[in-house]
Amino acid sequence: MATMQSNDSALESRDALESHDKAKAHRIPTLTLMGESLRRLNPKSLARNPVMAVVAIGTLVCALYTGMAFSADAGQGAFALIVTLVLLATVLFANAAEAMAEARGKAHAGSLRATRGELKARRLSNSGRGNEEETVSADQLRRGDRVRVVAGELIPADGEIIQGAGSINESAVTGESAPVLREAGTDNSGVSAGTKLLSDELVIEVSADPGESLLDRMIALVESANRQKTPSELALSVLLSTLTLIFLIVVVTLVPMALFVGIETSTVMLVALLVCLIPTTIGGLLPAIGIAGMERAMRANLVAKSGKAVEIAGSIDTLLLDKTGTITLGDRRATEFAPCHDVELERLRRVAGLCSLEDPTPEGRSIVSLAREQGAELEMTQEAEVVPFTAASRVSGLDFASGRCWRKGATNAIATLVREGGGRVPADFEALVERISRHGATPLAVCEDNVLLGVIALSDVIKPDIAERFQALRDMGVKTVMITGDNPITAAAIAAEAGVDDYIAEATPERKLELIREEQASGRLVAMMGDGTNDAPALAQADLGLAMNSGTQAAREAANMVDLDSDPGKLLSAVEIGKQLLITRGALTTFSLANDVAKYFAILPAIFAASVPALGALDVLDLHSPESAVLSAVIFNALVIPALIPFALRGVRVKAASASAMLRRNLLIYGVGGILLPFPTIKLIDLVIGAFF
Amino acid sequence: MSAMTWIYALLIGLALPLGLYMGRALDTDRHTWLDRLFGPVENVLLTLAGVDRRVSLSWWRYALAVLKLHVLLIVLVWFTFMVQGVLPLNPDGIAGMNWNTALHTAVSFATNTNQQHYSGQAELSYFSQTVAIVTLQFLTPATGLAVLLAITRTLLRKRRDTNAAESDSTETTGVGNYYVDLMRIVMRVFLPLALIVALLLSWQGVPATYDGAQRVAQLDGGSEQVIPRGPVAPMVAIKQLGTNGGGWYGPNSSVPLENPTAIANIIETIAILLIPVASLIAVGVISGRRRLMVGIGAVMIAFSLISTTLVVVSERMPNAALSGLAIADSPNLEGKELRFGSELSALWGSWTTQTSNGSVNAMHDSFNPLGGLGLMMDMFVNVTFGGVGVGLIGYLLYLMLAAFIGSLMIGRAPELFGKPLETREMRWISLAILAQPLIILGLSAITLAFPTLTGNSNPGFHGLSQVLYEYTSAFANNGSGFEGLGDATPWWNLTCVLALAIGRFLPMLVPLAVAGWLADKRTAPEGRGTLSLETGAFVGLTAGVIVIVNLLGFLPALVLGPIAEQLTLAW
Repeated sequence: MATMQSNDSALESRDALESHDKAKAHRIPTLTLMGESLRRLNPKSLARNPVMAVVAIGTLVCALYTGMAFSADAGQGAFALIVTLVLLATVLFANAAEAMAEARGKAHAGSLRATRGELKARRLSNSGRGNEEETVSADQLRRGDRVRVVAGELIPADGEIIQGAGSINESAVTGESAPVLREAGTDNSGVSAGTKLLSDELVIEVSADPGESLLDRMIALVESANRQKTPSELALSVLLSTLTLIFLIVVVTLVPMALFVGIETSTVMLVALLVCLIPTTIGGLLPAIGIAGMERAMRANLVAKSGKAVEIAGSIDTLLLDKTGTITLGDRRATEFAPCHDVELERLRRVAGLCSLEDPTPEGRSIVSLAREQGAELEMTQEAEVVPFTAASRVSGLDFASGRCWRKGATNAIATLVREGGGRVPADFEALVERISRHGATPLAVCEDNVLLGVIALSDVIKPDIAERFQALRDMGVKTVMITGDNPITAAAIAAEAGVDDYIAEATPERKLELIREEQASGRLVAMMGDGTNDAPALAQADLGLAMNSGTQAAREAANMVDLDSDPGKLLSAVEIGKQLLITRGALTTFSLANDVAKYFAILPAIFAASVPALGALDVLDLHSPESAVLSAVIFNALVIPALIPFALRGVRVKAASASAMLRRNLLIYGVGGILLPFPTIKLIDLVIGAFF
Repeated sequence: MSAMTWIYALLIGLALPLGLYMGRALDTDRHTWLDRLFGPVENVLLTLAGVDRRVSLSWWRYALAVLKLHVLLIVLVWFTFMVQGVLPLNPDGIAGMNWNTALHTAVSFATNTNQQHYSGQAELSYFSQTVAIVTLQFLTPATGLAVLLAITRTLLRKRRDTNAAESDSTETTGVGNYYVDLMRIVMRVFLPLALIVALLLSWQGVPATYDGAQRVAQLDGGSEQVIPRGPVAPMVAIKQLGTNGGGWYGPNSSVPLENPTAIANIIETIAILLIPVASLIAVGVISGRRRLMVGIGAVMIAFSLISTTLVVVSERMPNAALSGLAIADSPNLEGKELRFGSELSALWGSWTTQTSNGSVNAMHDSFNPLGGLGLMMDMFVNVTFGGVGVGLIGYLLYLMLAAFIGSLMIGRAPELFGKPLETREMRWISLAILAQPLIILGLSAITLAFPTLTGNSNPGFHGLSQVLYEYTSAFANNGSGFEGLGDATPWWNLTCVLALAIGRFLPMLVPLAVAGWLADKRTAPEGRGTLSLETGAFVGLTAGVIVIVNLLGFLPALVLGPIAEQLTLAW
């Protein structure tokens, strides 16, 4: 008893430790953060960010001036020193933001990679029969190698099953512990490194060289040193650099202009003005925003192959969604037995129910349970042989020793059977089939020998909250197209119930590709999800191709994003994450620029007021002294960065709304708010430091 | 004030029908009865010039055509000025200009600026005025309008997929034909309109003669007075209509011979804004984007009213020099024609700086500092209607910037009219925005650092304003002078040439390039999820971008110039 208890508590404490580790992964120690921020002061890292590079140079200038002021005993030393320190803090805050984003991203990806380092693999020799195998470490595996994995082992590398089938626990990658089935030669043949094979034995072909696996790409996206800037980030950087240059011109030309009117300007104050005017807030947070966007995608178990893929998700105009799994639950359920004109309901129910007793599919089980619910006695009284469903015959059923045979299956297949048996198809059969189809259900016909008994309605079950999600997408202007193999009548009914904008019935991979091309030709950006090899061309053609991790290698290679959860609903998350990334950038850019107005009113009077007292009238904030005014502005400017780090890392809140409503709302918050907020804040800081200066 | 309200109302009343007419007359994709009227003459002239009017040029060839024509014109005009002494039509025997003033004058007129570092009636012959200057006064605003038409066709026009029959089968995917546009604009808009205004002005007494100066014996029997004359009315007409601004006489429309009566003053005032306002309507008609143009027009009218009110109110204040005197309550009349008074002078001053016209009927140097501030802000913004064609093109530059930020704020990769704005476009848009502070502040700072270069009449804050105004006026292609500068020196001439050329061609051709690039890209259909450029929020964003970019860039200079001057004055 005592031992068990201790075991339990050991377990508990391990759980606690794990959750503690997780928390730690997201909150890096202060000391590491400070070290990381300082390390990023090296010129090479700074050069990646022109805005902060200018601040760093300004800091150096102020430091030099501080030294001179102290050695010459000019009296401005203390002020210059504090400005220098605040400017240094500005750079460090920006560095810290980037370091934090990077640490969060790496913590996520790194914990996945850690499990893989020690993996061993049984590599099959390439020479011949494949019977010889050698044990190598996983990082020696190259693309094209074949490895054998047996139950209980971890899969050593990303790859595709080429032989065998097995159930796999993917919780190391997805966090989902329910095992999934993966099988060679199907659309579910992909496996990921670090996942555990629970049963059977597999041969896997490795699909990536060391350093090129999904995880490696994921990590590269969050490493600031090697990160590729995304297209709109690049364009925004151009704009920010231009603004920086404009303010550099403004401040530099101010010197001779001031001299002309007889004003000696203070170098430290001019540097302070420059730093306050250039977009340090967005400039400092821009890398963090980009990394955090990738990290958010990763946290949703979406692995983007490039930053561009995440960004483009925000601009998607058309979503192609597979009906099954996205719009409806995977399984259909029997909802009605509809007998033909002269058949008793009870007879149809009994035949249909008994035919389904040996049918292991969820649909078959639902027929049995519906029959039982309606009070049918389903007991086999005679020996019968089970005729299994085949794709060729499209029917299944029972053959009795007496020679009687019961069948259920696709309506036209059953009708053909009946006719071939010399029976005739009742007049109301067609009408029944059509009625059921029109309501979005799939009709399944049942016959006894050559007598057509009636139809079973199998209905799709639409996911509970899907209609609201589509409404939200519609509000954001995203068009949804349902893709289904169903006939047009069924498809239309489901489309109407789920609230999608359009649907493609009896879809083939070719039709999908054609549709993507059509949408693109009209200027839309298209996203789709797929898993099969025949989806690969469409995935490659789509602007955002999202492959399921369970999918085939071809699909995963053609896509530019992979969903580790293999959840067809993930496209919606991808769109939201992309939008959030772009909005965060736009909002903070606007905020950063709007802030400048107040900073001007704080610093300009301070620079000139000593020589031209009349300009004191511009000091609308009535700040304590020129020194305290300048300090308040630079301190505000520095503190805004750490204050907004949570915004940058979490992303601003995105509400589903039309573009116009979203623009109005964001302009109000970040534009108008950005103009107003600094006035009281700078005044407040001035009240505090006014005591010293 | 009621006079001003009437003038604004009259302006809108005249611009509306003119805009609708221009929308029909200038749309090269539509055939109207006007083609039968003007077509034959235009076609003969174009054929004589060797232009194949079916050819539609790529944006790059269009821009090249613009530049080629302008370089040619500048060289021709430059030499004309230098050798005018030996050319015909010189009854007053005026000598050739020195090389740098001649170059400055040539570039200044070829950029639709008409900044004058000389005095027209004394330093230019009739030949130079009528052949060289008036030619440029027709061609340069026509060029601005032509480029605007090219951008309208390429970027703004809604796609009309349904009636493909209308689009001419001979046309390729280019932005249009510069020479055809130029010909249509001059023939169908400028010549008829200038003719009407010239006749109206000569009716009011503006001279229109090729006789030489009139010599009048003075009453005291002493020396005789020489009154310069010439074909003044026709020149003044296009000077006002084409946002040119360079007058026959040095003091421009403050001279009674150039602007004799109250009616002449109203005609000339309205002529300043007429075509810039009408082009908004014309573009709305041609592009089919009426709501967009209403939004743009609303911003422009708002800016115009704010700035005009500021200047008018400022000029109602007494001149600071008179403070403490018995007449201190009178408005500021220094440097103004008493015929017009402070209000009509302030109105003209505001409109002439809002439109890059630059003609004056009063001395801007003598405006109260806040009035001067208003004029300078007008020129920094330069898209409050702006120059003919280029005003709206300049606005599009800000619109592109606003679309970039606005797209991000709705969570889409930056787009303009559904076409992606990428790094290449942003690089050039940024450069065009950057050029303004770089040139204006850079040149002002250098000039102010060497007071010997400046040669200005005032020290201190006002002196700074004079220098800043001169370069601002050059870059904005406005051409009005704060004056008080000894500006006919090589330094002033050559630095202004730089400001003039960059200020003209960069902001005009960058939007054309962007339009050309975007034309080749995919177009996302406009919908709920795309950025609508017609909503109040976006119109507000664009206005905000214009204000913030200009305020942040020029506030320090303005603080040291007019603001400090205003605040240090006794009241």
